[in-house]
Amino acid sequence: MSERGTEYDLTSLPEEEKKILAEAGIEIAPEKREGTFIQQNLEVVHCEVKQEGLEVLPIKEALQKYDWLNDYFWQGISPDKDEYTMAVKEGPFNGYFIRALSGVKNIIPIQAALLIATPGFQQNVHNIVIVEEGAELHIITGCLTAPHVTQGVHFGMSEFYIKKGGKLTYTMVHRWGRDVVVRPRTAVNVEEKGQFISNYITLGEVKSVQSFPSVRLEGEGAVARLHSVLVAPSGAHLDIGGEVICAAPRTRAEIISRAMTTGGEVISRGRLVGEVKEVKGHLECKGLILKKGFIHAIPELVAKTDEVELSHEAAVGKIAQEEIEYLMARGLDEEEATSVIVRGFLEADIEGLPVALQKKLDEVIEQTSKDLL
Amino acid sequence: MLRLEDLTVEINGKHVLTNINLEIKKGELLVLFGPNGSGKTSLLMTIMGFPRYKVVKGRIIFKGKDITNLPVYERAKMGIGISFQRPPTITGLKTRDLVKLCTHGRDIDIEALAKELNFTHLLDRDVNDGLSGGEIKRSELLQLMAQQPDLVLLDEPESGVDLENIALIGETIKKILGRTPTKALAYRSLKEEKLEKKKSGLIITHTGHILRYVPADKGRILYKGKMCVGGNPFEILEQISKYGYQECIRCLNGEQNMI
Repeated sequence: MSERGTEYDLTSLPEEEKKILAEAGIEIAPEKREGTFIQQNLEVVHCEVKQEGLEVLPIKEALQKYDWLNDYFWQGISPDKDEYTMAVKEGPFNGYFIRALSGVKNIIPIQAALLIATPGFQQNVHNIVIVEEGAELHIITGCLTAPHVTQGVHFGMSEFYIKKGGKLTYTMVHRWGRDVVVRPRTAVNVEEKGQFISNYITLGEVKSVQSFPSVRLEGEGAVARLHSVLVAPSGAHLDIGGEVICAAPRTRAEIISRAMTTGGEVISRGRLVGEVKEVKGHLECKGLILKKGFIHAIPELVAKTDEVELSHEAAVGKIAQEEIEYLMARGLDEEEATSVIVRGFLEADIEGLPVALQKKLDEVIEQTSKDLL
Repeated sequence: MLRLEDLTVEINGKHVLTNINLEIKKGELLVLFGPNGSGKTSLLMTIMGFPRYKVVKGRIIFKGKDITNLPVYERAKMGIGISFQRPPTITGLKTRDLVKLCTHGRDIDIEALAKELNFTHLLDRDVNDGLSGGEIKRSELLQLMAQQPDLVLLDEPESGVDLENIALIGETIKKILGRTPTKALAYRSLKEEKLEKKKSGLIITHTGHILRYVPADKGRILYKGKMCVGGNPFEILEQISKYGYQECIRCLNGEQNMI
């Protein structure tokens, strides 16, 4: 597939690959795409954008094109943070550069796929997203392995910069092979009245994911909302969470995590830091153990001054029998009732999911409930 | 429609209902009185089939079939519906979606039903999340209207409902029971009349207020897990209002002919 140019016609992809892309939230039909970026191993095989004022480029091309990009590159994340950042700094890498120019808004999300196509491949990725003043950008990123690839390593650096009054809605979907190790490192900087909305979704098999994005609300009135939906099947180890640092007055933060295990391990972390007065934050960690598994919820609140309002709510347990019986009294059998409750648990309050992804989420939940009963 | 034969029920090994005999005919509405803790809710839960309520003796016959060992959802599918007094909150499930599930594929205009019940603004709220007592009742009735059961079990439908809404609750119950003619009485055919009388109901109440809005055909009193007397529901209510439960049990038990 290496001969694919950046204008490669996606509709001619093998059906199996299309299906996997769809499951990771990537639309194939041209009319449903505003901008698309597909990277296979380290090679960008497709990169296009239709809308005026939006830019999608392979990161290396962008670094050559714009000298000023060095003011953003490795500025949010320190390259010597850990062995994974070092690996990406030292080794070969690729990734995307996506920018919305001042005042530009996209309705149809820009979609990016980071695909491991060769068994055992180590994919190093470095992404930069810039939302200029007053712009609104919607991105969906699918991280995935090609059909039949069960092994691989993904180290992904992501640095997002949201300027004054800008808004970034970022949905990340993982869809990996059974033995893939994933180490994303993400830093987000939000200026005055900017907004960062993140949906982080992993529903299927994977060996290990460790991710803890750090969001810094630097400008007055900035807002961040981190929402994760995690399902850990048997054999998966998910250590996923995030922190929001409220560093300016009147900033607000919300971290919501819904984790379900069907046999795997989940460490669900959340950290809210109030550095200055007049900030507000809420953290919600909810875990559901169906039959067996392990969940460790670690909610942290840090206040460095008075007049901060930080709260958290954590609950881990099984489905309430009372809820199942309530639905059974309406004529649903136990399997249907469980599936309805699990879907509600995982999907509560989630915003802006594309249809194919929503469908996938529903399917996974239904299958999970079936497997359990 | 429903017959309870010599039914004895335990929760965690403790008797809550003893030797209950009861019959509700097709099209009949029975009101069951009893003080708090007398076993009224346990009776409804047993009829619905919740596993916590263990039938240790006797049988439940519904539509001529022994359903004593049937699971809850089978009973619901056969046509038993229940309005709970304190239903659980289900996070992430919108009331609209639950009502849709209750229709089981029947073509029912949920918007219109919600409008009738003054519930439109709450349809997209999570099931029972932060609802007031009266709103919970309306949510329960909305689900029953979508479910269209042939036997309706109503657990204290008037409790926690303000005066303004109790008439609405009453009207809705009558609709669920098919007791509000959609056409003027004179224009109904015999067939339609028959159809409307098909639904049966069992209402439990300890205040009896609901009787003012939904006239029941028969009344019974449940006291300390035992079915005591039966008769005209309005007379029973009057006795209870005047003398309280203890007194009327003693008195009415003396007049066995009322059963």
